[in-house]
Amino acid sequence: MTVPNKPAFVRTEILPAKAPPVRATGITLWVRKNLLSSWLNVILTSLVLYALIRITYGLWPWLANGVWEADSLAHCREILAASGLGPTDGACFAVINDRWHQLLFGFYPSELYWRPILAMILFLGGLAPILFFSLPRSLLTFSCLAPFACFWLLWGGSAWVPLAAIGGLVIAGLAIRVLSKWLSSTLAVCGGIAIGLIFYLIGFSSFVSFAEGIFPLSIQQVASREFGGFMLAATIGLSAIVLSLPLGILLALARQSDLPLIKWCAIVFIEVVRGVPLIVWLFTAQLLLNYFLPPGTSFDLTLRVIIMVTLFAAAYIAEVIRGGLAALPKGQYEGADSLGLSYWQATRMIILPQALKISIPAIVNEFIGLFKDTTLVVFIGLLDPIGVARAIQATPEWNGIYWELFTFIGLLFFVVCYAMARYSLHLENKLRRGHN
Amino acid sequence: MTQTKTTKYLLAAAAPLAVMATGAAAATLDEVREAGKLKCGIHEGLAGFAAPNAEGQWEGLDVDICRAVAAAVFGDSEAVEYIPVTGSTRFTALASGEIDMLARTTTWTFSRDTDLKNEFVGINFYDGQGFMVPTALGVTSALELDGTTVCVNTGTTTELNLADYFSANGMSYEPVPIETGAEAQQQFLSGSCDVFTGDSSGLAANRATFPNPDDYVVLPEIVSKEPLGPAVRHGDSEWEDIVRWSLNALITAEELGVTSANAEALASEPQANAEINRLLGTEGDLGAMIGVEADWAKTIIMSVGNYSEVFERHVGVNTPIGLERGVNALWTQGGLLYSPPFR
Amino acid sequence: MSAETQSSAPKFRIGQLIYDTRYRAKTIQVIAGFIILSSIWWLGANIAGNLSALGKDFNLAFLSNPAGYDINQKLIEYDSKMSHGRAALVGIMNTLLVSVLGCIAATFIGVFVGVLRLSDNWVINRLAAVYVEAFRSVPLLLWIVFIFAILSEALPQPRDFRGEDATASMQLFDSVAITARGAYVPRVAFTNSISGNEVVAVKDGIVEVASGGADWALIFAALLMGSTTAYWLKRRADRMQSQTGQRPLTLPLQIMVVVVPTALILWFLGATMVQPYLKGFNFAEGTFIRKSLLALWLALSLYTGAFIAEIVRGGIMSVDNGQREAALALGLRPDKVMRLIILPQAMRVIIPPLISNYLSLAKNSSLALAVGYMDVRATLGGITINQTGRELEAMLLLGLFYLVLSLLIASVINFYDRSKQIQER
Repeated sequence: MTVPNKPAFVRTEILPAKAPPVRATGITLWVRKNLLSSWLNVILTSLVLYALIRITYGLWPWLANGVWEADSLAHCREILAASGLGPTDGACFAVINDRWHQLLFGFYPSELYWRPILAMILFLGGLAPILFFSLPRSLLTFSCLAPFACFWLLWGGSAWVPLAAIGGLVIAGLAIRVLSKWLSSTLAVCGGIAIGLIFYLIGFSSFVSFAEGIFPLSIQQVASREFGGFMLAATIGLSAIVLSLPLGILLALARQSDLPLIKWCAIVFIEVVRGVPLIVWLFTAQLLLNYFLPPGTSFDLTLRVIIMVTLFAAAYIAEVIRGGLAALPKGQYEGADSLGLSYWQATRMIILPQALKISIPAIVNEFIGLFKDTTLVVFIGLLDPIGVARAIQATPEWNGIYWELFTFIGLLFFVVCYAMARYSLHLENKLRRGHN
Repeated sequence: MTQTKTTKYLLAAAAPLAVMATGAAAATLDEVREAGKLKCGIHEGLAGFAAPNAEGQWEGLDVDICRAVAAAVFGDSEAVEYIPVTGSTRFTALASGEIDMLARTTTWTFSRDTDLKNEFVGINFYDGQGFMVPTALGVTSALELDGTTVCVNTGTTTELNLADYFSANGMSYEPVPIETGAEAQQQFLSGSCDVFTGDSSGLAANRATFPNPDDYVVLPEIVSKEPLGPAVRHGDSEWEDIVRWSLNALITAEELGVTSANAEALASEPQANAEINRLLGTEGDLGAMIGVEADWAKTIIMSVGNYSEVFERHVGVNTPIGLERGVNALWTQGGLLYSPPFR
Repeated sequence: MSAETQSSAPKFRIGQLIYDTRYRAKTIQVIAGFIILSSIWWLGANIAGNLSALGKDFNLAFLSNPAGYDINQKLIEYDSKMSHGRAALVGIMNTLLVSVLGCIAATFIGVFVGVLRLSDNWVINRLAAVYVEAFRSVPLLLWIVFIFAILSEALPQPRDFRGEDATASMQLFDSVAITARGAYVPRVAFTNSISGNEVVAVKDGIVEVASGGADWALIFAALLMGSTTAYWLKRRADRMQSQTGQRPLTLPLQIMVVVVPTALILWFLGATMVQPYLKGFNFAEGTFIRKSLLALWLALSLYTGAFIAEIVRGGIMSVDNGQREAALALGLRPDKVMRLIILPQAMRVIIPPLISNYLSLAKNSSLALAVGYMDVRATLGGITINQTGRELEAMLLLGLFYLVLSLLIASVINFYDRSKQIQER
């Protein structure tokens, strides 16, 4: 007799989960889902893969046969010929090995390369508190001082020049604070600016020579003519963006002003600058700026270019900041008014801090554009990376070299600009989350 | 007046950046002396005439003219600030005082000398426009180039000569204007144009760097005169004299057999040939007449060499460019180089 | 009462100019106006002083002097004996040509890649991203130079087409030749041209053809008339549909009114294709699209296309997903959802930045000098300045041209913004 109620087999423990079928997991699933989800996708995927393989196949020997150690193009070709290759079968990367320092620093004295590098580190350090909101706000003082230090490091000369420049700003700021006890805020601002200007125009050079006489604080001077390569591009781009910020803020405020004359002047300036290509402005800096200055004055081309690019960037920054101002809810303006704040107080304490913060990603994007546009200075004879490349192409050793230099420059630009673009995107997402 | 003053202060404020210079009318020599450096406009990059070496020093035939003038003014051929200028900005740079002299393979033409208010001081290189073609094209004369595509550097007299030559011979052509020499070379090699035209010295230099130089030939026709020379601003004859005679000193030195190697020895005792003495400043006082030291020409030759040395160093047969002296030989040797006497 | 009226009209004091908000605005503006006017005067005085110091004057007469240089690509008649003004005009036409072509191509590329960026195919998606990032992160000037050089390395030379063992051949039934110098495409010409005929050598003999402005105007007029009628037919059908619920069949009729008159005129003019063929060193006949134009066009449209792709992607993603779901719930087919619901809403986000990208493309076309494309900067702002030494006048004219162009494009954005703005508050 069997026990009727007892089944023959009872599972007493749970089976371990089986791996999903191979078609629904891991790389296979991923491939099926992402590459081969429909016939159209199958065709597209294979077309793309075919093209990629063709391109790699075509380029690979050129890269792989590249010669890294040679003194000249002719030498490169000899090395290639020694391994049984034709003169164009392999790249001659030796040119980059030989001249990378010129592509990066131009003709900056090689024993002083630490100065632009240190300046760059200082600048990035100064940038950090602006870009990362979690850092303590007191670091912003460092951010304000960093550009002056960079200026001194890059061009050298007396440290009293940037110190006196800071002093002028401090004097102007103090004057505004003192004057605003007796005068209306608009007047105090005007008065402060006037006092600052008077210091710059009259006291500046005598102060510098006086201080230099008592306590010399000089490092070797480097003419801007010796700047070149990526360093020149960075110098022009960064100085223009830093200098154009205050100007751009003023322009944006002026464009929103209730005073018709101020408003129209700002509009005309912004539209004229934005309406004409940068290259035309650069040619203007090169060919025409001397006409606009008093007869007999002339100054350094690099400086002229920085001034021109600053004015150019200011118009674009003004539009970016105007966007930031417009994005602020109306309640912020109304709230400031209802507190009885004056225009300058409201702008300084309520409006600008918020507008600037939401404009940062767009400002970074403007900077990327500006940095890329600095390549145009090659057309007026400055030696930016492309200019240096062309000069190298003209040397007897490297005459005839082409792709290697431009590939190197393109890659460097890509790395820098791509990194900045990713950062700006990240910031944008963070700010968007912060507002909701 | 006050405005000028204001600007002066503004510029002084940016002292490390700004360089003051005064305009056309003032004495260039004084300014150069004050600045301590000669601001010399050169090519942004042309093989043999101006190009930076690995140490960042500019080298070339034009560069040596700058060095010669600096040697005459300061006694130091290194006291030069080289300012690369482009084909389209060179004359403005000179007129505005950005550069003190221009040594950038500039062709001396009537309108440049007069209308554009430059002053050419002489000729440091006789060039002429030529044509280079691939041998595969089967062309032996420029007159067979009807219907071709021609690569030409833009912003130069080359472009205008090309138009003149083809229309004078009733031929049609398709110009491909290119901004820089390196690009033009790349275009020509890739077959984007049948013909590459330019100064024949440059063509020879380019051909030497081609992967297969034998596949290309420079046609015999020279279709233009391209006297290349240094230029200064119109209206400052004293400065013009210094630049002119610095160039002439190079040529005369070759003619008299004075080289950088023997100049010291020749100057140590009076020579039979009085012109050598005058050149080296041991007789007469030619230096004072143009406002420089008595041994100015000796300094030039000691630091730069004579014309022959300069030529052989940068473009001669032993360089990658490999040019023969040709018309650039002395007049005594069948060339065109001729310096007025040092007297 | 009377005491109050008296005190409300006090004597004007000078301090009111600053402290009284009624006057302050005017005071500030007067001061600002004075500063602006004096700086303009200062600039003007400087220019006059500098010009006289250089012995120059401000004179536009150079525009009528003979130019002396050749321009390879000319949309209007030009040779080196014509004036600098005419050369500038040729340059302007070339700038406009490459800008318009570039805008069209950039839009196509941008929309295409923008949609690909949203594709669920990983390879396609990544490839589109790589394209966008590569073009946005490397300067346009480098791309122009690169593409120019790549075209000349990769494409065959005209001599490769010649002989028995030709290594290259013409595309599209021997009608298009793509060479390292540019593309030769057939051109349309008319044997009965109303602008008078010329003798043209073609591949197999000689024909009398011509193509003048008058012929094209005639064809254009026929097309315009046809499309107006077609539009009127559509309106009529819409009206009938809304009145009766029945839509009359109009498509065949619409096609007919456009095609038939145009075809008749083409037949009347004797339209023929003139094909390019190898002759001497080059191809002859047909229309020659130079490599400088091709490279610049390609570089500008690929570069701007990368920016447009991001705009399109952002625009499509900006439409709330609820809109799509609601439309699907209403029973609309996916293509109609895209066409009727998503795109119209995305367009409002897309169009303004799209047009401002057109603006930057037009300005960026001034980089033409990197490939020797003879745009207005190369003619008026380049060779003309170089030859005449009239930099002040020529740069001023050049700036004015770009300014007018930009203002025209900008006014399109403003017009669109105003017409499509959502009214809030």
